[in-house]
Amino acid sequence: MSYTRRTKDELARRVAQDIHDGAYVNLGIGQPTLVANHLPRGIEVVLHSENGILGMGPAPVAGEEDYDLINAGKQPVTLLAGGAYFHHADSFGMMRGGHLDICVLGAFQVSATGDLANWSTGEAGSIPAVGGAMDLAVGAKQTWVMMDLLTRNGQSKVVSQCSYPLTGIACVKRIYSDLATLSCTPEGLRLIDKVDGLSHAALEALVGLPIAAADGFARTHQQETT
Amino acid sequence: MIQKIAASVAEALIGIEDGATVLIGGFGTAGVPVELIDGLIDLGARELTVVNNNAGNGEQGLARLLQAGRVRKVICSFPRAADSYVFDALYRSGRIALELVPQGNLAERLRAAGAGIGAFFTPTGVGTELANNADGSPKEARVIDGKAYVLEFPIVGDVALIKAERGDRWGNLSYRKAARNFGPVMATAAKRTIASVYDIVELGGIDPEDVVTPGIHVSAVVQIPRLATQAGGFKATA
Repeated sequence: MSYTRRTKDELARRVAQDIHDGAYVNLGIGQPTLVANHLPRGIEVVLHSENGILGMGPAPVAGEEDYDLINAGKQPVTLLAGGAYFHHADSFGMMRGGHLDICVLGAFQVSATGDLANWSTGEAGSIPAVGGAMDLAVGAKQTWVMMDLLTRNGQSKVVSQCSYPLTGIACVKRIYSDLATLSCTPEGLRLIDKVDGLSHAALEALVGLPIAAADGFARTHQQETT
Repeated sequence: MIQKIAASVAEALIGIEDGATVLIGGFGTAGVPVELIDGLIDLGARELTVVNNNAGNGEQGLARLLQAGRVRKVICSFPRAADSYVFDALYRSGRIALELVPQGNLAERLRAAGAGIGAFFTPTGVGTELANNADGSPKEARVIDGKAYVLEFPIVGDVALIKAERGDRWGNLSYRKAARNFGPVMATAAKRTIASVYDIVELGGIDPEDVVTPGIHVSAVVQIPRLATQAGGFKATA
């Protein structure tokens, strides 16, 4: 049977669907920022930006950019009514202190038990840069990863042990990918959902690791959180 | 009488010595004290250790200070950028040292310095290569209530250069939007803090409820012309 990968927008929509009303959320640089475009209507989500913003709004219209108001990716943004500014130590205190409900990050690799590698490929001669990745990974109540399941060469980015330098240990709760949504647990991977036409066995073959069945697994965030 | 208003950038910066640790505020385009950095270049201090979130963009501000060969070491979280070529070249040729610090640890190490904390245990970086010292030895670690932490030490500045929006002669400061970023924390973490502002107001001109950095943390305030820069310090194309 054939199957179709989720597009970037479909993946962003899949992530957005699990974000609950009233959530405080940090969306990482790159693909995760797309999630903001797909938040369900009728719910209020407060976006956090590491450089001291809560209640971050969309990009301004052309010509109204204010370079005192930028996001973590240094792009101009806006502030929603009800938003607030604060300094960097407070901003990272919010993360580290467990006050953010969800952060969504990109990744190079995630291990079955939730180790994350997303800041460095460890390539010789590259200039290391970490930014807020390590703080985000360990700070939010739930860290979700959003990525393609496979590299361009067809290797699984979900691994038994990360070969790239680690960002955090056992910090990823969920992996949202173009082929499947997986839960990382101390016992290993568990299926949440997968694209139509992709069999459980075929998914396990792609990942190269056992994946526990989704049976009886609560799908929504509210149900899963205790 | 307390008079922290300096007549010029040059006057505000007098006395910064070779080898100083200089905390420089800013994140991306927001809150970068470009005029103070230019003044530091004019002053001529060398062998500086610079603490900033980044390592300069293009050939202005911090990048210009690096290009002038004044900086021995950069402590930052994210040195890489599309236009960080000045730092890149210095780093690759071994002419500048880098201490890479997770952004939240950077902010908290500065906060600790300002708050008189000797060191602190943080979960950020546990199990990663940034939980090692420069010589590769592991930093001190501890498990508290079943959770692993690594010990991090304060970063004390000899001087902090920050950008605020408004100030008065007692050194009280308010900021604008996300240009606040590292300013209030760095102001507390240095022996001497110099702030550039667009507006200087009379005492009481900043509503006490809106003072973000109280003057106790500020040594000098210098006014810069708003026309010299766009809102965030750099032109829109930066």
